[in-house]
Amino acid sequence: MEEKLITCINCPMGCRMTVRLEDGEVREVKGNTCRRGDTYARQECTQPLRMVTAVVQVEGRKLPVSVKTRSPIPKEGIARCMRELSQVRVCPPVAAGDVVLRDVCGSGVDVIATRSVE
Amino acid sequence: MNSIEKKIVIVGAGPAGLAAAIAAWTDGVRDLIVLEREAQPGGILRQCIHNGFGLHRFGEELTGPEYAQRDIDRARELGIPIQCNTTVLSVEDRRVVCVSREHGMQIFSAGAVILAMGCRERPRGALGTPGTRCAGVYTAGTAQRFVNLEGLMPGRRVVILGSGDIGLIMARRMTLQGAQVLACVEIMPYSSGLNRNIVQCLEDYDIPLYLNHTVVDIEGRERLSGVVVARVDENRRPVPGSEIHFDCDTLLLSVGLIPENELSAAAGVRMSPVTSGPEVDDHLQTSVPGIYACGNVLHVHDLVDFVSEESALAGHAAAAGIRETGTLVKVLDGNGVRGVVPQQVRLGEEPREVRLMFRPAGVYRGACAVARCNGREIARKKALIFTPGEMAVLPLSRETVAAIDGDVTVEMEGI
Repeated sequence: MEEKLITCINCPMGCRMTVRLEDGEVREVKGNTCRRGDTYARQECTQPLRMVTAVVQVEGRKLPVSVKTRSPIPKEGIARCMRELSQVRVCPPVAAGDVVLRDVCGSGVDVIATRSVE
Repeated sequence: MNSIEKKIVIVGAGPAGLAAAIAAWTDGVRDLIVLEREAQPGGILRQCIHNGFGLHRFGEELTGPEYAQRDIDRARELGIPIQCNTTVLSVEDRRVVCVSREHGMQIFSAGAVILAMGCRERPRGALGTPGTRCAGVYTAGTAQRFVNLEGLMPGRRVVILGSGDIGLIMARRMTLQGAQVLACVEIMPYSSGLNRNIVQCLEDYDIPLYLNHTVVDIEGRERLSGVVVARVDENRRPVPGSEIHFDCDTLLLSVGLIPENELSAAAGVRMSPVTSGPEVDDHLQTSVPGIYACGNVLHVHDLVDFVSEESALAGHAAAAGIRETGTLVKVLDGNGVRGVVPQQVRLGEEPREVRLMFRPAGVYRGACAVARCNGREIARKKALIFTPGEMAVLPLSRETVAAIDGDVTVEMEGI
């Protein structure tokens, strides 16, 4: 049996939750005030997810363009995601929402531009 | 010099100015212009590339540039004129003087002026931290601009002073971009940042948060070479012997925001010493009739969603024209409450809902925010938690406003 301490991020209450795990499975969540805490604690203990936002270089331009993962990716993939993005050069024009990198770090999630470049 | 007549002139094309312009335009005002200092509209959102904007307004989490683009697109669609690269020099008696390369000096004679200049970060000079005047000390927002807009890295080994949200966001951003963030140092016993940012920007990257600590020395000749951090006592004075030395080349400051009100003060608008913004009535009109204020220039917000909402109100009010009749009653800060906006409510005519916004003076669990008028309770709101890091809102319904017959005091009960 294993216990993990998780701070809830859903609201300013910041409930300190204790999660009891057995063989990697959540058995119990304690210390939450609402259901959102319970859901978050379970996700965070089994597969924590994060949005990644960054900038990538634009071919022939001095200024980079901002990008994000279209949806959250597994937390352990963040460093690899950043390494892959550092290799990307996008060609203008770029429209917000355009895919700049497919299937980043094997997560199945695309990275898209969050701003347009003419 | 001839002046150009405009019904409404809006200073600033960030989220506040854009929301005000869109609101006034949809009320039928076509004779308006938005003046913007930068080369593009969007304000500070342009450099806030992280996500989490727009949850209240759009029901989804957008990045800063995406949130800004929605308002920019809407403004373009409507045909709202936004004149960029234009610095406003003064606002006097609703005469707006500005300068730009393209048009030189211009004077606008406005029926109404909406101030939407946003806020600035407190700089090093405001802290009085001893040490040398070396390169490598930046506000977190300046570093954010370098990294996110210009693609430049301001340093490699970083200490962050202050744990406000911008500092936390930059701790993560610098780390992801290859820098080593050694510490985040906070003089208070708690962080003013969101829990989400503590977890996702510091804990995710094992960046230590030193609460009750501050920077007591800045070292370096040409370039920063290190900082000294010390614990502080309950009076926030450094404790001798508790010093920790960090070898670093960069110090980022995230020590608070101040509404940027040079123009407002020079315009003769009465300022609030608590919010550092203008005093306004429930239509966001300042003490000078026809001058309105909204967004971070009025009071520093946590969420852009509330900036947009508030600023639309200023746009509608400016479109409707100046109100000078009716009695003004004051809205006062009571026990546990700081900086209620609006500071006044104008009675008479058609009462409408008024949203009182303020900051709790401390962290209060299970408390109530209560509004009283002549000893009578007129509104109440309970929350599991009130914290200074989150603006609180106490709405007064139309009926409640209609029944106001004297000054209103907002206070916390059960603290």
